[in-house]
This record gives sequence, structure tokens and C-alpha cells, in this order.
Amino acid sequence: MPQPRLGVVYDRLRPEERMLFDAIERQGVAAVQVYAPHQAFDFSALPPRAFDVVIERCVSHTRGLAFARLHESLGSVVINAPHVIETCGDKLATNAALARAGVPTPRTGVAFTTETVLELCESFGYPIVLKPVVGSWGRMVSRLSDRDAVEAVLEHKEVLGGPAHKVFYVQEFVHKPGRDIRAFVIGDDVVAAIYRTSDHWITNTARGAAASNCPLTDELVELTRRAARAVGGGVLAVDLLESDRGLLVVEVNHTMEFRNSVATTGVDIPGLVVRHALRLGRELQAGEARPPIAVGARA
Amino acid sequence: MRETIVTPHGLVDIDPDTVELGELVVTDEGAELEVVGLDPLRFELAPEEEEDWGE
Repeated sequence: MPQPRLGVVYDRLRPEERMLFDAIERQGVAAVQVYAPHQAFDFSALPPRAFDVVIERCVSHTRGLAFARLHESLGSVVINAPHVIETCGDKLATNAALARAGVPTPRTGVAFTTETVLELCESFGYPIVLKPVVGSWGRMVSRLSDRDAVEAVLEHKEVLGGPAHKVFYVQEFVHKPGRDIRAFVIGDDVVAAIYRTSDHWITNTARGAAASNCPLTDELVELTRRAARAVGGGVLAVDLLESDRGLLVVEVNHTMEFRNSVATTGVDIPGLVVRHALRLGRELQAGEARPPIAVGARA
Repeated sequence: MRETIVTPHGLVDIDPDTVELGELVVTDEGAELEVVGLDPLRFELAPEEEEDWGE
């Protein structure tokens, strides 16, 4: 069977994409780098499937989801699948999936008017964390210490924000020990984890937090795996908080960044992603090569 | 071989044979540009982030 055809769709060339391309080269795999902004599709004349597996790495959530849908419609296996991107790209959808699966999270709520969100904040108690439903890297995340602060931010959102900013996503503030945990999932394997430590309450490496290796305990692996399965699985980074109630899942990322994590953990994350992609490609090829099962026959 | 390329935002020192689409380069004036074309080589000012960007 020929080697699976592998495509990597990207827009901004970040260190992660370079690391993936290097891993592809190290493994002697022929892969195509697809620069998303240059692509166009005509639905009346769709091309035949060019790739068995597509690794979607767009920094733009909207563009990445579009490409995932397009390539899946052509028959490719996409990492990550569109429904996973949809779930992870929307904190409300993520929370719904985690809640459905019984995965512990910080207390979280959503409201759609200033009156109801204020009621929600009062019931949660202060400080409260207000987040945009779509967004990353700790952008526009606010820790609000009292009702006055909430009212001020809501007024700004009402006046300046688009429709997405009228969905108010609030979360209890978890007193964490100056760090959070990011665990990396590839397929069904939790392959590595890091602590992200910062003096700031937002412990995101994009905001300057320092990365260090986090041991993979049974609790961490089990909860990370449950969170990944809850959103549909794939290649994911699960963010967790240590609390007096145990570990809480706060976010699942579908286009994970790992530039600070390979040297820190000693785990070849991009290499494992490529091996996972090739495995899925071989499974696709094997499924297509298998003859159809005759009616009445046993598989 | 590296070449110095003139852009509206300053000079860029780059190897046209190895540069890749989507790559970021910084001009001598400190502007961050994204490579958006290879033949011919084209640059655009690179936004730091957009609302739907992330991981």
C-alpha cells in the first residue's frame, strides 16, 4: 500500500508548523504544505481528494474550520475533524460537551442580557472571570472583583462589541497555585504535560508564563483523556486547574501550540502528531481497499 | 543567497530561495511583514492578532 498522502494546511507559519514540517522530513514522509490564503474551491467542480490526511493548522479559527469542512467533504481524514474544531473553538460548546460527559470544570454559566449575567455573577460570588466565547491566548479575559467592575465591562461590551460579545460567559475564579497544567493528547494517548507558571493570574505561555515539565499522574491522564473524548478526540491540548476540588478542566484547544513543550518535556510532540496522521491515513486506505461485504456474509 | 529587498515598510534581509509562504520577517524599520507571495516575492503587514485567532 502506498504511503498515505499528507497535507498540512496553514496560514501563519509559526514555530509549531516549522516543527511539524521538520518532523515530516525527519520521518521521510512526502507531504504538501498548503498555504490556506492562496486556495480557492468551486463547489461545481470540486477536485478529487488530494490527501488521505490533512493536518489543519490555521491560526484563524474561521479559516481552519472552513478548510476542515472542505477536506472532509472530499473524503480526507482531517486532524482535527470539523465537529471537534466547532466544539473546541467555542467555549460554550466545549463546556456543554464537558458537562454532558461529567468532566469536572470550574463553575461556569452563560447569560444573554446584562440583567441575567449580573444575577449569575451574584450567585457565583466575586471575583468572577468573564471571557469571550470565541478567543484564545487569554485575550479579553477579565477577572472582575465586584458588581461595579462587571457593570463597567458589560457596558463596554454592549457599546463596542459585535453579536458574539452579547453572549456573556462567566466562570468562577479558581484560586490556583500560580500555575495551570496543559496536557497534550494525540489520538487516545496523553503524551506529555507542562505546568505554566506566572505571577499573573492568566497563566498562558502566550502571555509570558514559564513552562516546566508536569508528571503524568493517573488522575491527570484519566481526566485529560475524558475531556478529549468529550469534545470528539483528536490532537488536542487540554488546560486544567489544580483546585481544592481536584483537577478541573478549563479549556480544550484544537490547534495546539507546543513550541515551549518539546524541550521541556523531552517528548517529540510534532513527531507523534505525524505518526498519528500516517496511522489514520493507513486506516483510511485499508478501509477503502477492503472489498464490500456481501449481504448475508459475516465480516 | 541572502538579498536585501526594499519594501514600503523598510528593508528586508532574506534568502528568496528558502523563504516560505506565511513566514514573518522584520524590516530594518521594525515592521513585521508576512510573506504572501513567492513569485514574485510579496509582503503584507502582518497583523499581530485577529479576533478569531488562537489555538
